[in-house]
Amino acid sequence: MGGAEPPKPGGLRGVVPPGKQRMVTSAERLRRLLALVPYVVSRKVVGLAETAAAFGVTERELVDDLNLVWCVELKAPDPYCPIDLSYEGGEIVVSQAESITRPLRLAADEASALLVALRMLAEVPGDGSAVARVIAKIEAAAGAAAAASAQVTIQIDPPNGHGVAAQVRAALADGRRVHLRYYVPGRDEATERDVDPMRLLVVEGHTYLEGWCRRAEGVRLFRLDRVLDMAVLDVPARVPAEAEYVDVDHGLFRPSESDERVELELSAPARWVAEYWPCESVAELGEGRLRAVLRTPDTRWVRRLALRLGEDARVVSPPALAETIRADAAAALALYD
Amino acid sequence: MSKRRTERLLSIVVLLLSSRRYLTAEEIRAAVYGYPDQDDAFKRMFERDKEELRDLAIPLETGRSNPLDEEIGYRIRRQDYELPEIRLEADEAAVLGIAARVWQSAELAAAAAGALLKLKAAGAVGADEAPDADDDQRPRPGIEPRLTTAEPAFGPLWEAVRDRRPVTFSHKAPGRTDSATRELEPWGVVNWHGRWYVAGHDRTRNATRVFRLSRIDGPVKMSGPPGSVTVPAGADVRELVKDWDAPPRDHEAVLNVRAGAGHGVRRYAKAVTPGDDGWDRVTVQFADVSWYADYLAWFGADLVVVGPPDLREAVISRLKGVLA
Repeated sequence: MGGAEPPKPGGLRGVVPPGKQRMVTSAERLRRLLALVPYVVSRKVVGLAETAAAFGVTERELVDDLNLVWCVELKAPDPYCPIDLSYEGGEIVVSQAESITRPLRLAADEASALLVALRMLAEVPGDGSAVARVIAKIEAAAGAAAAASAQVTIQIDPPNGHGVAAQVRAALADGRRVHLRYYVPGRDEATERDVDPMRLLVVEGHTYLEGWCRRAEGVRLFRLDRVLDMAVLDVPARVPAEAEYVDVDHGLFRPSESDERVELELSAPARWVAEYWPCESVAELGEGRLRAVLRTPDTRWVRRLALRLGEDARVVSPPALAETIRADAAAALALYD
Repeated sequence: MSKRRTERLLSIVVLLLSSRRYLTAEEIRAAVYGYPDQDDAFKRMFERDKEELRDLAIPLETGRSNPLDEEIGYRIRRQDYELPEIRLEADEAAVLGIAARVWQSAELAAAAAGALLKLKAAGAVGADEAPDADDDQRPRPGIEPRLTTAEPAFGPLWEAVRDRRPVTFSHKAPGRTDSATRELEPWGVVNWHGRWYVAGHDRTRNATRVFRLSRIDGPVKMSGPPGSVTVPAGADVRELVKDWDAPPRDHEAVLNVRAGAGHGVRRYAKAVTPGDDGWDRVTVQFADVSWYADYLAWFGADLVVVGPPDLREAVISRLKGVLA
C-alpha cells in the first residue's frame, strides 16, 4: 500500500467468500430444477457443459437433475409424465415442460440482494444510465417482492464535489493516464503522481482508484475523497503486464511480514482503534482495556494516532517509537507556552 | 436431502400450476407419488411440504373452487408464479453481473446468485453476458464494488426489517464495556460509509434511535409477529443515521497552521489567511469540541489552536495525556 494508504479496513477480516461446496437441501435443489427447465426451454437447445457452468454444478450433477425432472410422474386422474427431455450427444432439449416453462418470480431476498447492490452502483458518479434501466426492469419484474429492498440503504463516500469519480471512469473508458494531487493523511502530505488507472473499487463505503503508480512503480489504491486535484492526461495508460489486481474479497490492505510490528495498549475510549485497523492480535486486559498488535510499513501515522488518542493509548513497542511520540507531544505542547 | 422429496415437491408444483381449480389435500395425495398410507403421517408430511414451498416463495394459495365445498383446497396461479417478461441489453446485463458480485456474505451472495439464475432462465441474460463470480477468464469490468456484512446482527435485522417485526438485542454504547438490552421497531438498515447501522423506534427509551451493528453483542431475537411494525410515513433512515453520525458543524475555530502542512484541515477550511512568519491563519467549522480536539491533536507541532478556549484546552490535554 506504500505511500497511498495506511493499512485500514478492519471489517474485511475473516470474511469467507460464498462457499462452493455445500450440502444441498431438497428446497435448494427444487429451486435449481425450477430454473433449469425454463433455462433450457428459453434457449431451445443448449449444451450440457454450458448449462452446468451456468448453474454452478458438475455435468454429472446436471445429468442427475435432468433425470429427476424427466422421471416426475403424476398418477391421477390419469397417469402421465409432464416433462419430456433428452440430453443425447451433450445437447439438452426439452420437448414438453407443461406449466414450468417460465422461472419462478424473484423472492424478496433475491430482489433485494440485486436492487440494493444496483442502487449502490447508481451512487457512483459516471454513466449511470444502464444502472437506472436495470433497476427499473428488475423492480417491474419483481413486483411486490421489490418493496423490502427500500429498507436497506447504502451511502458511499461522496467522492468530492468536483466529479473525481466521473473523471476516473472516463479515463478508464478511454484508457488514459491521470495526474493526481493526493493527500496522504498518515504523513499529512499532498503528493503528486501519474497513475495508469486499472479499476474503480467501492469497498467498505469508500471509492478507490486502483492503478499503476508511476512514481512508486507498483499497484496503489487512491481513496477518491483524498484526491485534491486530478487531470486526465493526453497520454495512453500503460499498465505493465506484471500489475496484479488487488483481491477485493480478502481485504484491501494486507500487512506484510516485513512491516514494523507495533504494540499498543488502549483504554476503553480508544477501543475503536482495534475495530478500525486490521490487527495481528487483540487481547483483553480487563476494565475494557485492550492490547492490540498491528503491522505497518510506515509508523508516521501511528505517531499521529498516538497524539490523537492522548492518555487513552500507549505505545508499548517498539520503545524507540514510544520515545519519538513523547518528543512529538512535547514539541506540540511547547507551541502553547 | 432426499431425491424423493425433491421429486414430490416438484410434482406438487407442476400439478397445482396446471390445475385451474383448487385441489384438496386428498386430491394432491392421490395424484403425487411418495406420500405414506397412514393419514397422520401424510398430514405431517404434507404440512412440511407446504412450508417448504412457501419458503421458496412459491405462491401457494388456499381457497374453495365452489363455496359449497367442505374442504379447503390449494392452487398456484400462473400469473403469481411466473417471472414476468424481462429482457436486458448487453450493457444492462454487464451491470447486473457486477451487482450480483457485490455481496460478500454467504446468504445475500446466494440470494443474488439465485436471482441471476432466474433471470438467465427467463432468457433475460445470456450465459456469457453475466458471467459467474468465480470465472477468472471474464473480462475485468471498470468498476468492482463490494459490500461486507461481517456483523452477525445483519442477517436477523434484515429479516426483521423485511418482515416488519420488532427485535430485542443487547447493545454496548461507545466507550462502554457493559451492555444494555434494547427493544427496537426497526425501520431500516443503512450502510453509512462502510459501517452498518439500524434505525427505528426504541421501545425501551420510547424514542427514535440509531444503533451501530458492530456494537450489538449476542443474538438478535424477534419479539413480535410479522407485520407488527409500522414505519412512519416520511421516516428517512438515511437522514437519521447521517444526523447521528455527522452532527451539524455549528462552532467556529481559529487555528495557526504551519505553511505547507495541515492539508487535512485546510481542505475543509472556511478561510485561510497566509502569514509572513511561516504560519497561516485558518478558520474552520466543527461540531463537537471533544471529537474535533482528537482530530486536531493528529497534526502535532504543525498546528496551534488560537480559540475557542475550550477547544484549545482540550488539545493541550490530549498532548499532556501522551506525556502522562
